[in-house]
Amino acid sequence: MTALAVRDLVAGYDPALPIVRGVSFDLAGGAILALLGPNGAGKSTLAKAVAGLVTVVSGSIHLRGTPLGDVPAHARLRRGLGFVPQTDNVFAGLTVAENLAIAAAILPRAGRAGRIAAMLTLFPDLAAARRGAAGRLSGGQRQMLAMARALIAAPAVLVLDEPSAGLSPKLVGVVMARLRDIAATGVAVLLVEQNVRAALAIADHALILVEGRVAHAGGGATLRDDPAVAALYLGGRHAA
Amino acid sequence: MIAQILVDGITSGAMIGLGAIGLTLTYGLLRFANFAHGEFATWGAYLALLVAGAIGPADPLGPLTFGWPLLAALAASMVLTALLAAALDGVLFRRLRRHGSAITLVIASFGASLALRSALEFGFGPQPWYYTRDIAMTVRLGPGMRATWDQLAVLGLAIVLMLAMHLLMTRTPLGRAMRAVSENPDLARLAGIDPARIVRVTWLLGGALAASAGVFLGVTVQLRPSMGFELLLPLFAAAILGGIGSVPGAMLGGLIIGIAEAASVPLAGAQYRAAVAFVVMLAMLLVRPSGLFGGRGG
Amino acid sequence: MSGLASYACFFFTVALTYGVATLGLNLQWGSAGLFNVGVAGFAAVGAYAAAWLTAAPAAGHWGGFQLPIALGWIGAMAAAALAAAILGAITLRLRADYLAITTFGAAVTIELVALNAQTLTGGPFGIAFIPKPFEALADRPLAFGAANLALVAAVAALAYWALERLTGSPWGRVLRALREDEAAAASLGKAPDAFRLQAFVIGAALIGLAGAMQAQFFGFIAPDNYLPVLTFQVWVMLVVGGSGNNRGALLGALAVWALWSFSGTALAALLPGTLQARGAALRVVAIGVVLAGVLLLRPRGLIGERATVSRHISG
Ligand SMILES: Nc1ncnc2c1ncn2[C@@H]1O[C@H](COP(=O)(O)OP(=O)(O)O)[C@@H](O)[C@H]1O
Ligand SMILES: [Mg+2]
Repeated sequence: MTALAVRDLVAGYDPALPIVRGVSFDLAGGAILALLGPNGAGKSTLAKAVAGLVTVVSGSIHLRGTPLGDVPAHARLRRGLGFVPQTDNVFAGLTVAENLAIAAAILPRAGRAGRIAAMLTLFPDLAAARRGAAGRLSGGQRQMLAMARALIAAPAVLVLDEPSAGLSPKLVGVVMARLRDIAATGVAVLLVEQNVRAALAIADHALILVEGRVAHAGGGATLRDDPAVAALYLGGRHAA
Repeated sequence: MIAQILVDGITSGAMIGLGAIGLTLTYGLLRFANFAHGEFATWGAYLALLVAGAIGPADPLGPLTFGWPLLAALAASMVLTALLAAALDGVLFRRLRRHGSAITLVIASFGASLALRSALEFGFGPQPWYYTRDIAMTVRLGPGMRATWDQLAVLGLAIVLMLAMHLLMTRTPLGRAMRAVSENPDLARLAGIDPARIVRVTWLLGGALAASAGVFLGVTVQLRPSMGFELLLPLFAAAILGGIGSVPGAMLGGLIIGIAEAASVPLAGAQYRAAVAFVVMLAMLLVRPSGLFGGRGG
Repeated sequence: MSGLASYACFFFTVALTYGVATLGLNLQWGSAGLFNVGVAGFAAVGAYAAAWLTAAPAAGHWGGFQLPIALGWIGAMAAAALAAAILGAITLRLRADYLAITTFGAAVTIELVALNAQTLTGGPFGIAFIPKPFEALADRPLAFGAANLALVAAVAALAYWALERLTGSPWGRVLRALREDEAAAASLGKAPDAFRLQAFVIGAALIGLAGAMQAQFFGFIAPDNYLPVLTFQVWVMLVVGGSGNNRGALLGALAVWALWSFSGTALAALLPGTLQARGAALRVVAIGVVLAGVLLLRPRGLIGERATVSRHISG
């Protein structure tokens, strides 16, 4: 079943100046969709519109068949949408345990400890740092904590905005491997990335967004091997 | 004399701290300096006067000048003032937050402050009121160190309230959520927290704590329509000193301002007491604008 | 009939002194985005400076230089400008809301000094027998009133003209650019703090001048003329008129002063004698409600501010 369906989405910060200008896609459970494109194309805006942080001008977003139109951002986690923003994605002044407890608070009381334990198993680095402030974590650990926070309520859809930004190539590999594991459990993953090579390596499908519109779409492998696409939109500099 | 300064400074500092907690919380959360916050203390004090008057007289508790009716009135006034604070946000600030800039909010709060104060002045007149006319009994704490039993009782209650507030912020899901929203409202929404609920709770708590400060001030000094307005500068100073948004910072800042004010009396005379908070605040802004606890200033 | 005419002269004279203060605040806030909550303090500095410079020597307070009124007003502007320069040098680099709190604190402190530095200020009794302009006409009320009105109207017109020139000049454009986008303006090589300090100081000088003119027209000043409610009045005038607009500032001053005077008269007529003393408090409530209403319903004021980019906060 389609976990996330986006239709003719127009969204932006000022209704007169939409940034996302008519984007449609479907994402099935267990699949990874990479959202690529040059800087300023509107990738983050699209992701934030899905999360409810940016005003939707027209079009629709359906999560597991139900429209999200009037659902406020804070209610979307309960509906099954986890979102990892690109920056400021952990509560730096709170401890790692508190960061996890906050997201777990929407679960029934009995289930919370079990989900927190599951996250600490999935991201063992976090277990050791539990009592420390999240602001003290390394870049990679922060990213893990942000993912754990978004995953703790077992969402159907996980949206990540450039999770590889600022990480070493080795850590990028670790994050991507984790994402593949997560998708394998049936979660639909929408992966916004600048690191095209890393994203296409794990994506089932990919969209290339240019000036708020889908310029190319296709299977991950197809796009990866398409030299015209690489030359046009991806640029050699990203192919790390 | 130094010892006496400490006693007086700590008692008034505790009240400043109580008032400053709400101010620093709404400041940190909504990013606006609420000039009406002092009026919550005034309204709290007068509401307690009304409630205690409605209950009627009772024997004072031990060596204190007041009896259980004032304690009941304290609780009632904390609830009522909490509602007043939430209502002021609902009818004025929340709407302006949607349409205006942070500065519009500050001017609106300045107007609300004058209106709230003047309404009390209209109702109760400019003259001072007292919860009781009894003379407060003093106790000798050490060489050259005296306090009234009322002062000690108020200090004890203030410490209990601050401790409760500290535990609420650090140990409960609600406190955790409040800190999360104050630090990063967008991320808090993504984590499933409704910021509107946290804003409401913050006004309720801030109003209640300010009311307690007002009642304590009424017990140890007197009630006047301008009591809260005169507290405003010390409250801002305490909040800035401790770091905007920080509850322990506000408590410590209140203590420092209270002691500094008490210490200034033998040096500059009681009439310049209110300027001390201003001088300490300016010094802090020059040296370390983010405050002792590194809040969101700068 | 001539009673009404001289009352009208008096009304407009006072309204226009407020207008000059509102023009000063408009330069600070409307053009430079500087949030001054200490209007009463700067007005007090100007009023006391003018009183010291122009009044005859008296036992109760300092001063008594008996200088011409014009010199008193220039001195008032200089004193308020100096106070603003000192405060601004410390606080202008801080966030806008910290400037609000520190200017508020400065006004409270100035009021305390006015109240307690007896030998300088006369303490709670203030300073009396401040010479009035056109004192020779004092026994012909209408001519006296008209002359005063002509004088303050000329000063207000001069201030208006100068501010229009200033805000239209490259200097004014830099100020506005700074207000809208500090980073962009700073990248053009404009030192933001210097421009802001200049606007703050000039605005404060106008507020000080307004304080001096009021002192000179009333002939008497005391600390309780400079309570926070004065700050509030001037802000309401600016907000009602529409900040960022000099004509709006003057119009707002007239409208709000009319409302203030009228509500005072109405309350005096309506309230029973026992409540008269408290009527002043009700007037402040009324003005507070008017301000809230204008902010909520007509956030751009009567004339309307030019569109500005303001940062919204959520929650
Ligand atoms: N908070 C914002 N307010 C207004 N415009 C924004 C905001 N964030 C981004 N933009 C604009 O939206 C456009 C797309 O930005 P973004 O979605 O971040 O692109 P991407 O993530 O693809 O690099 C850019 O032109 C950017 O300037
Ligand atoms: Mg982006």
